[in-house]
Amino acid sequence: MGGAGNRARAGRLMLWDWNYTFEILPELARAALVTIEATLIGFVLAATLGLALAILRMAKNPAISIPATVFVEFIRSTPLLIQIFFLFFVFPHFGITLSGFTAGVLALGVHYGAYCSEVYRAGFENIPRSQWEAALALNLGIVDTFRSIIIPQAIPPVIPALGNYLIALFKETPLLSAIAVLELMQTAKILGSESFRYTEPITLVGLFFLVMSLVSAALVRLVETWLGRVGRRV
Amino acid sequence: MTDNAPMVRFDGVRKTYGPLTVLDELCLDIARNEKVAMIGPSGSGKTTVLRMLMTLERIDGGVIYVEGEPLTHMERNGKLVPADQRHLRRVRAKIGMVFQQFNLFPHMSAMRNCMEAPIRVLGLSRKDAEARAAELLEMVGLGDKKDHYPSQLSGGQQQRVAIARALAMRPKVMLFDEVTSALDPELVGEVLNVIRKLGTEHNLTMLMVTHQMGFAKEFADRVCFFYKGRIAEEGPPQQIFVQPREERTRQFLCAVLEAG
Repeated sequence: MGGAGNRARAGRLMLWDWNYTFEILPELARAALVTIEATLIGFVLAATLGLALAILRMAKNPAISIPATVFVEFIRSTPLLIQIFFLFFVFPHFGITLSGFTAGVLALGVHYGAYCSEVYRAGFENIPRSQWEAALALNLGIVDTFRSIIIPQAIPPVIPALGNYLIALFKETPLLSAIAVLELMQTAKILGSESFRYTEPITLVGLFFLVMSLVSAALVRLVETWLGRVGRRV
Repeated sequence: MTDNAPMVRFDGVRKTYGPLTVLDELCLDIARNEKVAMIGPSGSGKTTVLRMLMTLERIDGGVIYVEGEPLTHMERNGKLVPADQRHLRRVRAKIGMVFQQFNLFPHMSAMRNCMEAPIRVLGLSRKDAEARAAELLEMVGLGDKKDHYPSQLSGGQQQRVAIARALAMRPKVMLFDEVTSALDPELVGEVLNVIRKLGTEHNLTMLMVTHQMGFAKEFADRVCFFYKGRIAEEGPPQQIFVQPREERTRQFLCAVLEAG
């Protein structure tokens, strides 16, 4: 292994350079943290916004439900990359200047929030009308009905579906490289352009996504089984 | 004024679904503590009466009064206008309902089912709500099932929890909508016994839609026979069940007896 670096310095073509690999690992690890941070903040935003949108879409007042529906359809029908560019390049024209990270995370959150709202909606639609009627007969207000009766029943069955969007969102974070956020992809590109070796950085990034996705998918399945077991009780 | 007013008054109440008239100009006064049984063929509008009183259905005409106060309307500058949420919730607080399918909250224990609304709506402390729920579950004979979830209880037990849950809100009027219809025959008795006990031990006005003619005869002060959206005949159980005046009542009772 020790000879690998020497051969690289000699400029000879080689498939994989272990010395170079270990050299760039710390920087990629730092970038991985940015990717994870963007994923987690983005998903918390998506899960929250999605829930709010799903509830607004159920409003009896069309002045509330229609704009919410239009918003969701609009977001779902336009590419995430355009939304990222819009927040980063167009918003400043309206006096809102966001850092690359903020714009990127916001776009991820809003984009996947629209998708999550559909998941929540399916969850809400699975609650029988009789549960709403029981809540009304007990004189529970709309906020208490959602908080105590509807949400606790609607959310657990859709957690696996939400988990899948968490993984999907995670895999879309490389798009943030398009606005120069120093997440994994962008960092790998820079490392590659500095050393003219792209094989190691790009492969490592790919491996990282592979491992993280597999682990997350396994976690989602675990939660699913656990929910199934809890679900049998209720 | 509210002391002399009937507990519940239906004044020309109408309900339609498109071209179909479910209830036609219903006029009915129910006195404080009166037990009224509503019988009749399915589709005759009797369940709709309970659902309108619980505000689960909008009414298309007329006014419902609870203790002399309009339920779905409120007075403003001497005129009746549709009620706002605050008014609805205040008047609705006097009414409790038990459903055919129990409608317990499946994610809560029996105890929690009886505590949630008292805590959230009446503002009871957790401790007070717990004490009250325990007492009510004891009364319906489920003191030992407090921590069971609905899926761990039989239909009869679930329905008794549902009765306790409604009582926990201290209603003045209790509505029972075919509460034994979804039960296996051997479980009907335990639920009726609880209702019987309520009738004697509590000051409650009760309206029940039922197919248990024997129970209606023994328990009710008054029986209303519904037919095609109208009360075709009403009177004390002795009249309705022993000497019905209307031919339709007679036919209905014969049919029910044959089936039973």
